[in-house]
Amino acid sequence: MTITINRVSKWYGHVVAVNDVTMNIEPGITGLLGPNGAGKTTLLNMIAGFAAPSTGEVSLDGQPTWRNESIYRQIGLVPEREPMYDFLTGRKFVLANAKLHGLSDPGAAAEAAIAQVDMAEAADRTLDTYSKGMRQRMKMAAALVHNPQVLLLDEPFNGMDPRQRLHLMDLLRRMSADGRTVLFSSHILEEVEQLATHIEVMVAGRHAASGDFRAIRRLMTDRPHQYRLRSDNDRALAAALVADGLVVSVQVDAEDEALHVQTSDFGTFTVKLPKLARENKIRLYDVTPADESLESVFGYLVRG
Amino acid sequence: MNGTIARLTFAGLLRGWRGLLLALLPLGFLAIALLMRVVDATDQATIDGLLGGLNMATVVPLVALIIGTGALATEIDDGSIIYLLTKPIKRGKIILTKLGIATLVALAFTVIPTIIGGILLTGTFGDVTIGYTVAVAVSTFVYCALFIMFSVISKHAVLVGLVYILLWEGLIVGLIEGARVLSVQSWGQSIAAQVTPDVFGNPLNGVLGAVLAVVAVIATSWFATTRLRSLTLASET
Repeated sequence: MTITINRVSKWYGHVVAVNDVTMNIEPGITGLLGPNGAGKTTLLNMIAGFAAPSTGEVSLDGQPTWRNESIYRQIGLVPEREPMYDFLTGRKFVLANAKLHGLSDPGAAAEAAIAQVDMAEAADRTLDTYSKGMRQRMKMAAALVHNPQVLLLDEPFNGMDPRQRLHLMDLLRRMSADGRTVLFSSHILEEVEQLATHIEVMVAGRHAASGDFRAIRRLMTDRPHQYRLRSDNDRALAAALVADGLVVSVQVDAEDEALHVQTSDFGTFTVKLPKLARENKIRLYDVTPADESLESVFGYLVRG
Repeated sequence: MNGTIARLTFAGLLRGWRGLLLALLPLGFLAIALLMRVVDATDQATIDGLLGGLNMATVVPLVALIIGTGALATEIDDGSIIYLLTKPIKRGKIILTKLGIATLVALAFTVIPTIIGGILLTGTFGDVTIGYTVAVAVSTFVYCALFIMFSVISKHAVLVGLVYILLWEGLIVGLIEGARVLSVQSWGQSIAAQVTPDVFGNPLNGVLGAVLAVVAVIATSWFATTRLRSLTLASET
């Protein structure tokens, strides 16, 4: 099944959460990547039918998702929020979800879903005794209990230990291999890198990039990198850097007593900088990346 | 009605100490009624003051408020409602199931104390007890429908309900004669007056009260359903 997002914007008062986004989510695993506050959850809520687009349309195989209860036969949603009828046992929680779907054999469906997430042993404990990772897995079981064609997951790896992460990734890969559409949001690059074959990048409500992960990763790596350097002779260091062609720009900041440099080849720069300083008898005090936050990396993609 | 939603709602309302806490208000009313019986202060004014003023005007709407909002507002507030809403279930069925269970639970905490209190104060299961019991049952049902609607339309459903009870039912209806037409209490009394005509002083026309009560339940349930279909989940991102 294909999720179609067509020129969708969403604003709350004067705050624009999602700004003119268009994308198609096809079968396979798609990672919705972006820093916190990028609009990922808002977009997922609109796909899941829990927020109306201010403009544009969100549909699932042509069916609108807003105010359309029938789409939940096809969609499984794993929300980021924690509350989940904590007074129930894990087994009763998943069973209740199976019954709510009106499945013909809810007991068998619940047991199969619990087994899929490897939670059979803890299934008779009440949900309020679970760790965050265990709750996450029970949420997964509840979302999978009706065997949906589309699975939406909001920050699914939060709170999971490495073993649980690998297990969930394996499960999602199997779903993808079955031809299902899996869309998960994350603000962690490495998670998306390990799992998604296709990514959609959101920054500040805008759709910043789309496509194969490796291509986007390359874009991120090859961007100009900025560093702040401190040394015992900033002017000499600036001259040496320019003469060696290691940087595309240098700015001597007398007030801050530092050099602000920009390089387009951060691999060579980080290897050659110490050598260059030693050859010129310059003592380096500090080398700080000035734009390494995920936000600035994504910001580069938007500007690019 | 949906059996699974009914069971979840019932368990959510009465889990832990909630049942006991819910019983505190009616138990307070019963304790005062018992005291009046013991000191033999059971004149007509006391009976009307306790069964009408304390029980029907205060305890019943507060119990219905706690239960009506507890049946839905709690799940909307904490987000667990998502597990009901991500199912191919008509939103009207969710609202009617919640209303059914909330009413059943609330009736247990309003009707039973009214019967016991009536017997304690009058010494018999006569017209006064029966009249107030019918009025309380009708009011409980309509209040639950109203407070379930508040749960869907406001993030501060309990506060809105309290303002409604204190300001509208408690103050304005008492001060302005015409406002009785839009009072849940008055509807309950007008219907009860069809069963026990001499218990309530000057009730509304019974047919009018019944029609307004039915219209209120249908309108609030329809509106709650419409709002639940459009429920937007808050998100920070």
